[in-house]
Amino acid sequence: MSKEPVAVVGIGQTKHVAARRDVSIAGLVREAALRALADAELTWADIDAVVIGKAPDFFEGVMMPELYLADALGAVGKPMLRVHTAGSVGGSTALVAANLVAARVHGTVLTLAFEKQSESNAMWGLSLPIPFQQPLLAGAGGFFAPHVRAYMRRSGAPDTVGSLVAYKDRRNALKNPYAHLHEHDITLAKVQASPMLWDPVRYSETCPSSDGACAMVLTDRAGAARAPRPPAWMLGGAMRSEPTLFAGKDFVSPRAGRDCAADVYRQAGIADPRRDIDAVEMYVPFSWYEPMWLENLGFAEEGGGWKLTEAGVTELDGDLPVNMSGGVLSANPIGASGMIRFAEAALQVRGQAGEHQVDRARRVLGHAYGGGSQFFSMWLVGAQPPDA
Amino acid sequence: MPEVLKAPLAVEFPFTRSLGPVQSAFLTGLRERVVLGVRTVDGRVLVPPVEYDPVTADEIRDLVEVGATGTVTTWAWNHEPRRGQPLATPFAWVLVRLDGADTALLHALDAPGPDGVRTGMRVRVRWAAERTGAITDIACFEPYDGPAEEASAQPAPHTGEFADAVTGIVAPARLDYTYTPGRAQSAYLDALGGRRTVGERCPSCRKVYVPPRGACPTCGVATAERVEVGPRGTVTTFCIVNIKAKNLDIEVPYVYAHIALDGADLALHGRVGGIPYDQVRMGLRVEPVWTSGARFPDHYRPTGEPDADYDTYKELL
Repeated sequence: MSKEPVAVVGIGQTKHVAARRDVSIAGLVREAALRALADAELTWADIDAVVIGKAPDFFEGVMMPELYLADALGAVGKPMLRVHTAGSVGGSTALVAANLVAARVHGTVLTLAFEKQSESNAMWGLSLPIPFQQPLLAGAGGFFAPHVRAYMRRSGAPDTVGSLVAYKDRRNALKNPYAHLHEHDITLAKVQASPMLWDPVRYSETCPSSDGACAMVLTDRAGAARAPRPPAWMLGGAMRSEPTLFAGKDFVSPRAGRDCAADVYRQAGIADPRRDIDAVEMYVPFSWYEPMWLENLGFAEEGGGWKLTEAGVTELDGDLPVNMSGGVLSANPIGASGMIRFAEAALQVRGQAGEHQVDRARRVLGHAYGGGSQFFSMWLVGAQPPDA
Repeated sequence: MPEVLKAPLAVEFPFTRSLGPVQSAFLTGLRERVVLGVRTVDGRVLVPPVEYDPVTADEIRDLVEVGATGTVTTWAWNHEPRRGQPLATPFAWVLVRLDGADTALLHALDAPGPDGVRTGMRVRVRWAAERTGAITDIACFEPYDGPAEEASAQPAPHTGEFADAVTGIVAPARLDYTYTPGRAQSAYLDALGGRRTVGERCPSCRKVYVPPRGACPTCGVATAERVEVGPRGTVTTFCIVNIKAKNLDIEVPYVYAHIALDGADLALHGRVGGIPYDQVRMGLRVEPVWTSGARFPDHYRPTGEPDADYDTYKELL
């Protein structure tokens, strides 16, 4: 028996900001969930199961927050699962939920991911002083900056490319009411003049720290037939993992990422992603990861990702728009960031992305990664169901 | 075989909590010696209150004031109070259903011994002398043999509005662990004590891991063959750190580098010094610089050798 096709019929986000001091964690997730239910014109009674994700518990200091969020998310009397795969968790949470529908375990599933970073300090949460271990000498961006330098050496990319990505994403964010950063006076010169924090990574090329949540309602064909607005259909979805560190690890283009993308393309019948996919929401916490992931995901040959960026191909009006929403560079509630990528991909194929809508977006990829380029999750969504 | 190391590890952070409307009213109420509950869709009164109905998932905001007296529904004796618990002397953990409430609140009961505690006994709130808008504004419960206080049988509606409401609290958390790095790391650290860097080779893929973890992450087999590497190595990649990290006493800018020691199959991380930061480059040959008493090299400095060819380290990037 083949898999049940999975449709996205409801999407909700909070306005991502530095600190949501007006709501509890329960209030934050509730806001996104209600917006997703409203979009789908469903009620709590229509939901069969809840799948929730967030990044490490130290980010808020509430151990197993899903226990206390069951009533806020209408999960009483229903299965509730929590997923954790570091920064990719928003993506893998959506895929776990989607698999429950695809396997016909449940008809309609609410999936949600969140982070309330203002309640703690993510850098502290990620760098506990473990006895006998040499402390990381470089801070948050210092972990990634050497990999960016390695990419520049390997690809021959000029050092101007990172700023182009940041300038593009921050301009795209101005068209997305939910983005955290709305820098109305952004210019390329300002990005280029921003302080060099971890050379080669500048301040304006890094992501913010945000409070926010994102929710989706996933359903089967029967649910999609009842949906008030056009659904997005999952055409392929996959997760891959690899160790954080191992001899032969390719931090510039991790094998787990390449394999994950190849699996998604195989499921969706994508022969040439550059030709067959219309837009991408990818997880870019530091601007240079756009050209790196363009190669890792097969949109460019090795060493060619930066050429797409430099030529404007990834601009909102380009041939392959990337991060139309403004991306992680413009809003980063860590645990939710992956699901926002997945949800923004779905908004595009539903034609519901508003001012940052791409014309004729029929197939859009949502991508997330996390944990020192260790976990990858991706889905490809389309305007037409998989068997059409 | 050197002794396996262990050391205490305390994970401690003052987390902040945004309370939202219901918890804000509840904690501000405690500051004002008022205990608030919330009425559910089916009419029950929950104390402590919650934001969403546990049965229907509806948002619930009908606050009511319940009594400061109540009944113990169950209990457990705590022989040895720990740091941060409500009382320093032995006490009972109790669930108390306050008069007017349908659910019970967890707190401490000050009693001389377990013989003085029973399910069904009457208790009342002992308020803390100084109250800030926290659950600790209830210092504890104490035995009570008087009548139920008013406002209890029929809990009265309450707006939940107070002057100068508490909207956020700090919730300090601390976890105490005993950490052990295990056999492989202990042996690695023991060798470092003699300023030798000793990794382990995987019996399957033959890769040399530094620091060793006792198993090969790729092959999933134990590693035991010890291999001395370095002391010299090659800078495979790096960044220049221009912002001061907390708890790090290093002048910026400085170079944070990935260094592949000769004979190792993956790079470790270290600072590069003894050369202007803007002259560090990929392929630079370096060696460790030790300071007395330090567990790890203080930094790495150029050896003066010609730079390594890119092809010799590109697989280690």
